[in-house]
Formats: sequence, C-alpha cells, structure tokens
Amino acid sequence: MAETALAGHNMCRLIELYRTMVRIRAFEETALAAHRAGLMPGPLHASIGQEAVAAGVCLNLRRDDRITSNHRGHGHAIAKGAGVAGMMAELFGRAGGHCGGKGGSMHIADFSVGMLGANGVVAGGIPIAVGAAQGLRLLGSDAIVACFFGDGAINRGPFLEGLNWAALYRLPVLFVCEDNGVAAFTRAGEVTAGPGAVARAQAIGVAAESVDGNDAVAVDAAAGRLAAAVRRGDGPRLLHLRTYRLLGHTSTDQAAWRPEQEVAEARARDPIARLRARLLGEGVAAAALDAIIAGAEAEMSAARDAALAAPWPDPATAWTDVLDADRQEVA
Amino acid sequence: MDAPATAETLTLVEAGRRAVLQEMRRDPRIWVLGEDVARGGLFGQYRGFRDEFGPDRVVSTPISESTIMGAGLGAALVGTRPIIEMRIFDFAMCAMDELVNQIAKIRYMFGGQAKAALVVRMPHGIWRNSAAQHSQTLEAWFAHLPGVVVAAPSTPADTAGLLVAAIRSDDPVLFFDPKNLFGVTGPVPAEIDPLPFGIARQVLSGGDLTMVAWSSILPDCEAACAALAQEGIGVDLIDLRTLWPWDEDAVAASVARTGRLLVVHEAVQAAGFGAEVVARMIERLGPAAVKAARRLGAPRVPVPFSPPLEEAVKVTAAKIVAAAKATLGA
Ligand SMILES: Cc1ncc(C[n+]2csc(CCOP(=O)(O)OP(=O)(O)O)c2C)c(N)n1
Repeated sequence: MAETALAGHNMCRLIELYRTMVRIRAFEETALAAHRAGLMPGPLHASIGQEAVAAGVCLNLRRDDRITSNHRGHGHAIAKGAGVAGMMAELFGRAGGHCGGKGGSMHIADFSVGMLGANGVVAGGIPIAVGAAQGLRLLGSDAIVACFFGDGAINRGPFLEGLNWAALYRLPVLFVCEDNGVAAFTRAGEVTAGPGAVARAQAIGVAAESVDGNDAVAVDAAAGRLAAAVRRGDGPRLLHLRTYRLLGHTSTDQAAWRPEQEVAEARARDPIARLRARLLGEGVAAAALDAIIAGAEAEMSAARDAALAAPWPDPATAWTDVLDADRQEVA
Repeated sequence: MDAPATAETLTLVEAGRRAVLQEMRRDPRIWVLGEDVARGGLFGQYRGFRDEFGPDRVVSTPISESTIMGAGLGAALVGTRPIIEMRIFDFAMCAMDELVNQIAKIRYMFGGQAKAALVVRMPHGIWRNSAAQHSQTLEAWFAHLPGVVVAAPSTPADTAGLLVAAIRSDDPVLFFDPKNLFGVTGPVPAEIDPLPFGIARQVLSGGDLTMVAWSSILPDCEAACAALAQEGIGVDLIDLRTLWPWDEDAVAASVARTGRLLVVHEAVQAAGFGAEVVARMIERLGPAAVKAARRLGAPRVPVPFSPPLEEAVKVTAAKIVAAAKATLGA
C-alpha cells in the first residue's frame, strides 16, 4: 500500500503547513489587536494573506539553514522556528524579547534558529544572505540560506549585485521574491519595468520559477525542488511567489486606495482557507483543523499576556551591546 | 514697505507643502521625485501635487535610492530643478555615493561649469518608536562635507521660508525635515518669502546662558528654558536653522554677553555639530570670554525601540535643565 503511505506522509506535511500558517495568522492578529488598542509601540507590518510563502519555504529548511527577512518578517521568523514568546515580547518592547526590546517588529531576529534578522531597509537582507552563504561554504557546512524580500526590493541595486555575486560564486542561496503586488502605497507594476524578478534572475544565469504564492502546497513543492538543487551545490535559485497583502502597508494604513472588489477577490484566495478546503477534501475532520486554530490562538494569547506582564527592559541596557571597545558611562 | 501678508496657522508639514506648491506654480522647471510622492508622500508633504502638476513633475519612483539621488543630480545638470524626496533620512544611506561623491563634488571638481541646483529632503530623527534604522540624526556628517548647504528648521514658518530659499538656491541643499515636529502648528504667511541661509532665530532672550539648538529638539529646549525661568535663570535661546552656513555672529554676540554656552542636539553628542559650535566660540572669543561651554546630545548608542530604552538615550527637557545648571555652575 505504498500509495497510502505516501498519502499519509503528505497529509502530515499539509497539516504542518496549515499549522504554521494558522500560527502566523494568529500571531499577527493578536499583535494587530494590541497595536490598535494602543498597547504596542512602533510600526507594525503584517503579512496577513501571505502566510503560505513563509510556511511553504521554511518547511524545506533545516534548523541550521539560515534566513534573512525584511520589514514584513513575522511569518518568516515563525516558520523558521523562532520562539513566539520572545517575538511577542519584542513587539511589545519588553525584557525577554529576542532583541531585549531594542529591535521591535521590524528587527526581529532569532539567531538560535538561524533567523539572521528582519530588516528595516528594503533589500538590506540580500547582500547579507549572499555573504552568509559564502561564509557557510567556507566553514564546510552544507546549510543553505533563504533570502526573503518583496517585489519592491528588486528595483534596488543590491538585488542585482546579490544575484550576480551568488551566481558568480555558485553560492547556496534560495532567493525568495514575495510578490504581493505592492510596495508601500504604490503598485509594483507602476515602478517596475519588464516581466520582473524571474526574468531578471534568468538574465544572469540564476534558474528561477514562479508559482502561486497563495497555494501552500505549490509553494512547498517548488521550494523543495529549488532548495534541494541549492543544497546539492547547483548554485543559487530564485523562487517567485505571487501573493496579496490583504491589509495596509502598516497597521495604521488602511490602503483605502485599492478597489474593494480587488481586495474581496483576494480574500477569496486566502491561502489558509484554500489549504483548509483541500484538507477537508482529503477527509481531514473540520474539528481537527479547528483544534489547530484554537491551539494557535491560545498560544498567541498566552504569548501576548506574558509579554504584557513582563517587565520593561532596564534602561541601563540601552547602553549594552554597542561595542566591546566602549567604556561609556550610563548617563 | 508692503503691508505684511496675511498669515495662516499651519502644521509644519503643511507649511512645507505650501512652500513647494508655491514654487512649483512659479517655475515649471521644478519637479519632485521619490517613492510614493504621487500618493502625497509618506507624510502628505505632496498631497494633491500629482493632480495639479501631472506625472512628469511628480514622479513616484521605484525603491531605488541611489538612482533617485543620482537621477536628481543628472536632471539638475541639464537645467531642471529637482526636489529629491528621500522618504526618511535613513534611506539616504543607500545613496551615499550619489550624495557625497557626486552631488557635493560636481561644481568644484568640474571647475564651476555646472551647479547642482537641487534640494534633498530627508525627514530625520526619533519618531514614534521607529528603532535604529528609522530614527537617525546624522546632520553633523553633512556639515562636515564640503559642497552642500545643510538646513534643519524647527518651525512651520522656517520650514516654509527655508524650503523656498532651498528651491531657489543654485546650491545643493540638504533639507532635514523634523519628523517629530510635522504636527506642530505656527503662522505661515500666505506669500512665502525665502529665508536666507545662515541667519539664526532668536527664540528667547536672557542674560545668564546662551543655548544653541536646531531642528527637532527645539520644543524640549523651550520647555527647559521655561522651567529655568521659573528659577530665575534667563536663557538666550538660539535656533541655528541652518548648520551650513551657520550664524556664528549671532552665537558669538550672545556668548560675549552671557559668557556661558550650551549646545543641545538630538544627535549623538560625540563628534556632533555642538563640538564645532563650542570650538569656534572659544577660538573666536578666546578662552577667557567663555567661562563655560558644554554640549548635550545623545550617548553614542543606536536608537533603541522599546519606549523606556528610547527615553533613556533621548535628550529631554529634564536633561537640558540639568545640563544648563551644570553650565551655570561650572
Ligand atoms: C531602502 C528603503 N527604501 C524605502 C523604504 C521604505 N519602505 C518600507 S517597506 C517599503 C515597500 C517595500 O515593498 P516590498 O519590498 O514589495 O515589500 P512589501 O512591503 O510589499 O511586503 C518601502 C518603500 C525602506 N524601508 N528602505
């Protein structure tokens, strides 16, 4: 009954994908509610509607693989295994946050799981990913680096420089272009010439694929193929994932300029709902999926409550982790 | 003399918008380029511009900071007058070659054949807990850089006047909008005259201490001065408005009277522009005339995210009061 076994294996994988996506959604919805209630400082960039990208790619990474992320990076971090308690505490600026409250939402990092940092600078993570791959090879590791960036980032020089570099040195980088069609308040198409990331990668010899980034199963399959090639030493690959940012650019932006119709259509393609329909179709009980949702919501509420109950960082820590060479007195 | 033009109370961001609007209506060579400017810009500085001036003069660009900066320069070299919008200052870091090696050098290096008549707008500073990559004040770097004008106003009227001057100037002007003061209001004349560079604003007059500041820290300085006044301490508070050129004469005249100088800036204290002001005053007036001179800036620490950490490193009114008293006690 090889087929059954295979189906069973796939089912586990699909449920794993589902769980990760649901956890990302629950994390961000919890954070957004707190932000709206005025409990959370700083800007918050939510990836609601884009969860299949992070979940599908990271399911194909090992713990010792590394990722770099961008300003919309909660999902990437969670999918890579970052602890949500530390993430939530970081978003609230509390002691116990992964960065001790110094970074906040836009600068989440969890080096213990290979998450080398979100980034407040568009395309800032691309050269870092390339260098991390070069360093890993120098160390004799077969770990790879997945580099997440948005469609907006492909118009910055570091994208071209990073692709060329990675191709030139055949580095183990999986470039992941998370194409949600917008960059802040401007449509990507209005500021991007030509067919986009895939063609640009191919033009310098980096094999690239484009798939529906709201289809978690397709993302997983494509990421699996490309990550395997990268790990084999075939050089860098680029995965282009078409998705949609369901909310505004930041928690305070309503993106009111987008036609309601467009957003409604995108909602109908919600990646979590799609995967759920597929799982139900495969015979998974709705109750089992609901339990995953309830578990994620409970997990994130607990993380929020713990973060809110956590102390603020000691102000003296503002002076720590600047430089080994510093002899700065606390003011 | 004409009768004074009518003034309207405007926010600082709106004052800047009116200034650019006035100038763009006057001179069709003026145009603006930067991310999201067709949607009014990140702070609404260009609200309505796309409708009035069209896509050729209000250009929403790709996220390509080096080319935003460099293309602005190229366009200036053929006779247009670009306003280069950097969204926030920190992203200008992605365009340092274009700014430092190109814009600042063109006129001199090419023997005066061309001028880089452009304005680079870079809203800077701490704002809404935006953390280390979105909160920087590095204006001192550019005061150190030959070939650029550095403007850093703190009021709606000064923002408007200096922007008009910047747009009309043939020099490249680095314009540091104070992000955290975008919402403050003040009178702005209906007809905005250019405010010449290098003329400080006397904010308060007092005989005990000269306090020099600029940009986003001014309201904290005023609050500190109000607290000091309660204790009978009179401060001569001077807003430099531009760091290059800067009004040495005004500061020297004040320090000659008070004998005590405190320079306050949001930026890191070490190697900040305050050091230049103090050094120049001692060189110019002699050590005997300057009984005490201090600087107050942030510690040499990146701006942290968490509110209590940010508060700890930030210059505040209370810290200014303490520094003023230390300067008086010295
Ligand atoms: C170098 C740089 N320029 C501008 C910004 C401001 N900014 C933040 S996010 C963003 C849009 C980015 O679009 P994209 O990369 O497609 O990611 P998305 O927000 O769509 O997830 C912009 C312009 C920045 N952070 N860094």
